[in-house]
Amino acid sequence: MGLRTVTATAIRWRAAGLAVIVVAIATAAQAQAPAPAPPPAPSPTPASSVDLFDSGKLLVTSGVSQIEGAAGGGLTPWALITGYETRDAIGANGHYTFVHTGSYTLHSAGASLGLFDRVELSYAREIFDTRKVGGKLGLGNGFTFNEDVFGAKLRVAGDAVYDQDTLMPQTAIGLQYKRNAQGAVIHAIGGKSAEGVDFYGTATKLFLDQSVLLNATVRATRANQLGILGFGGDRNSGYSAEFEGSAAYLLSRKTAIGFEYRTKPNNLRFAAENRWLDVFIAYFPTRNVSLTLAAVDLGDIALQRRQRGVYLSVQAGF
Amino acid sequence: MGAISGIRARLCALCVAALLAMPGCTAPVEETTLYADLGGEPVITRFVTEVLEISVADPRIAKDFDNINLVWLRDHIVRQFCELTGGPCRYTGRGMYASHKGLHLATANFNFFVEDLQIAMDHAGVPFPTQNRLLKILAPMYHDIVTR
Repeated sequence: MGLRTVTATAIRWRAAGLAVIVVAIATAAQAQAPAPAPPPAPSPTPASSVDLFDSGKLLVTSGVSQIEGAAGGGLTPWALITGYETRDAIGANGHYTFVHTGSYTLHSAGASLGLFDRVELSYAREIFDTRKVGGKLGLGNGFTFNEDVFGAKLRVAGDAVYDQDTLMPQTAIGLQYKRNAQGAVIHAIGGKSAEGVDFYGTATKLFLDQSVLLNATVRATRANQLGILGFGGDRNSGYSAEFEGSAAYLLSRKTAIGFEYRTKPNNLRFAAENRWLDVFIAYFPTRNVSLTLAAVDLGDIALQRRQRGVYLSVQAGF
Repeated sequence: MGAISGIRARLCALCVAALLAMPGCTAPVEETTLYADLGGEPVITRFVTEVLEISVADPRIAKDFDNINLVWLRDHIVRQFCELTGGPCRYTGRGMYASHKGLHLATANFNFFVEDLQIAMDHAGVPFPTQNRLLKILAPMYHDIVTR
């Protein structure tokens, strides 16, 4: 137990250190950038008022709503801010995501608000349907775990799109407060808590000359299967540092394909938890709607092996 | 700009020196420039002409082109794109900050023009990955062009 606590603490510090390093690099890179252009000369015509809902971001660059509600890929948050607002405006998105594997169905529905391409606030409700597995576990067929996720993200530095002359990515930090409604069951299966907070640092870079977008996220979390099976457990109760990566290739202005990989903790004794991965295609016919289709491999979940299946998500907003 | 020209001049000198040092090598290896991949001046002229036509008819940004001589603007942009992509041209116009500061452009104006440019390049038959190679060169101009 002592060793485990020490290890958990070390991992926690390492995660915090990584986040600090990411931010420090970002800040240093910005400090080294050439001084901004001088302020514009006073003009007789004052700038006309800007549309507060300008929907002025380039197509695709709002990302999609990931499974926990943040702007990102399907499974992982990115440093992009939700909505099609520029730094002068406000944007928003609503999403519904449906994941269907061999044994389970997961619904995620929510909304997100993007403020001045700087701050993102999000909410998602996750409903995890155990279908027939619920009966086998003594919970009853169709037993559902329900979780609320409240997210906040702050863009720290860089611009994924415009900074094509440097390797500097767009960086952001964020947190997700998660509250699971099935506390009694969570304690019965060895979970320590029905609520928890994830902290993450994320970096996104568009390599335009390759038509490639890369993202890396480091997350400090105690969540078991996103928090659907609670937080912390009888194997490990502390935070662990997890890595989440995405790579996307832009096929056209409106279509991207790619894959994602997300490592996860393994806190519960009764059932092992594996990394998640997916291969996706996302289609953005307009700034107001996007559709994502993916094949997911969610590994073992609550004793059910190899949960592979389909992921479908629709996002609407401005 | 001056530093880049200097580097280019030095690189050219290096190339010449390398060629002279290679006996029997009469023709330099054909180097593909983005300029060539875009289709050279005819294609650049075609999509620059069209992006201006699209933009002046685009209600989101049309007023940014009020009181601007579009033929003069087209010629400047063509020459600039030609030079930036490795073509045999020389852009002699003002810098991006000086030429745009009076317009008080916002991020959205910049992006809507990019979108119109993508449409124009589509119509001119420029493949999407080649379009992105040009946009990579243009994207950092955002910091000089957008002053609002």
